[in-house]
Amino acid sequence: MPHPVLAGPDLVRFEGDTPHLVGSRCDECGEVYFPAADSCTRCTATRMSPQDLGSRGTLWSWTIQGFMPKAPYNSGETPESFRPYGVGYVEMASGIKVESRLTIADESQLTIGMPLELTLIPYRTTDDGEIHTFAFRPATSA
Amino acid sequence: MAQDVAIIGIGLHPFGRHDTLTGRAQGAIALRAALKDAGIGWDSIGIAYGGSHDAGNADALCNDLGLTGLPFVNVANGCATGGSALASAVAAIRSGTAEFAVAVGFDKHPRGAFNPHPRDWGLPDWYGETGLMLTTQFFALKTRRYMHEHGISEESLVRVAQRAFRNGALNPTAWRRREMSYEEIAESMPVNLPLRQYMFCNPAEGGAALVLCPADVAKRYHPKPIIVKAAVVRTRHHGSFEVFSPALAAKQAPAPTVTASRAAFEQAGVGPRDIDVLQLQDTDSGSEIIHMAENGFCEHGEQERLLRDGETEIGGRLPINTDGGCLANGEPIGASGLRQVIEICTQLRQEAGARQVPGNPRLGYTHVYGAPGVSGVTILQR
Repeated sequence: MPHPVLAGPDLVRFEGDTPHLVGSRCDECGEVYFPAADSCTRCTATRMSPQDLGSRGTLWSWTIQGFMPKAPYNSGETPESFRPYGVGYVEMASGIKVESRLTIADESQLTIGMPLELTLIPYRTTDDGEIHTFAFRPATSA
Repeated sequence: MAQDVAIIGIGLHPFGRHDTLTGRAQGAIALRAALKDAGIGWDSIGIAYGGSHDAGNADALCNDLGLTGLPFVNVANGCATGGSALASAVAAIRSGTAEFAVAVGFDKHPRGAFNPHPRDWGLPDWYGETGLMLTTQFFALKTRRYMHEHGISEESLVRVAQRAFRNGALNPTAWRRREMSYEEIAESMPVNLPLRQYMFCNPAEGGAALVLCPADVAKRYHPKPIIVKAAVVRTRHHGSFEVFSPALAAKQAPAPTVTASRAAFEQAGVGPRDIDVLQLQDTDSGSEIIHMAENGFCEHGEQERLLRDGETEIGGRLPINTDGGCLANGEPIGASGLRQVIEICTQLRQEAGARQVPGNPRLGYTHVYGAPGVSGVTILQR
């Protein structure tokens, strides 16, 4: 099966069908970035290499987006059809916290520290089909 | 030793919604009021710094006030625009560039949350298109983490908003002038949990202006000049948790507020305990709580007790946002930081009427925070 079309095509690589987030790493000081950066804001170096951030993390902070954002948000929803969505910072193995949509928007099911895994969710539909973005959902296995 | 600088004129156009006035017109009204307060003409001003986010170039005010040929620098530093304009005006006088300087700001925003565009901030399109680039989200995410780390309850979020509206009701130039009950705030619409509708300020309209001169001549122009002991601006560091961050570094660093505050206290030669009345950026309840500690006024986590015991009220030991802050005044980006300074000047002049802090306040403090991680701090002395 072909991989989904992404709003940010360079953000994800696949191991089999498992998506991994891709960032970059400073060749000089080792600092990790997401999305991939051209230069290091820690040591000012400009030599960077791609860095696989993995597909699992823990919830570091979260909120629920309760109102429909104005443009440039372009989900195609209307104020009537808008559904609140979860947003969090997810701490990955390297320690970087990645801002991401969450598949859950129910405050009773979100807890700081809960284990999460990366998934891809459709967030808008075009004439050519669905466009996906990355999101985290509760981890299904250890 | 660089010479001290004094504020000899303050002018404010009330914040809120003014359908018949442009943003620039509100700025011109504020600027004329500040000049009148200082008792000098526009043609005496040697340099001006001003900003507006959504209501045109600030230097267009010359079309209203007069084409005198002065250098007028447009300032754009997000919500820290006012603080940045003031710091620039102070530096100009200290350096001898001008005898009289103006810092001015105004704005008029469309209704609803701000909608920044990623490319203006060096960010990729997907970040905005997929619904992650919202200032309200950032404030909620930072607040949630802070509450988790430092034991702050949702009760404190409500108390901040309650006090803001209580103080706003005493302020004739505030936008929101109605007190709200605990329940009304605690049960208001969830905007970005843990933050609710009445815990957020709204984009608004208004104008604010200051006239400054060297302190040693200030009494010729105003009987109660206010000395600017410090006016500092700092930007974010690698690893600090700022608005518009698709990711946060593994190792956290202090916010620009921390470094701006420390530099300001050092410049002024005083400490947080010396401050009698203060203004902290309260784009939302959570931010004010975080800013209490980031500016050195309490330990992390101590806010819970200070708010519960009423210490941040007008009559308390640490009166915060006596004019109602951004929550009650709204946020016209260009004018907001200067409104803070005007409120402190008004308090130190003992002219704040029903919201005057008791005793004899001598030292005041202002703090403004703006995207993408800019903090401006001033320390003011009667």
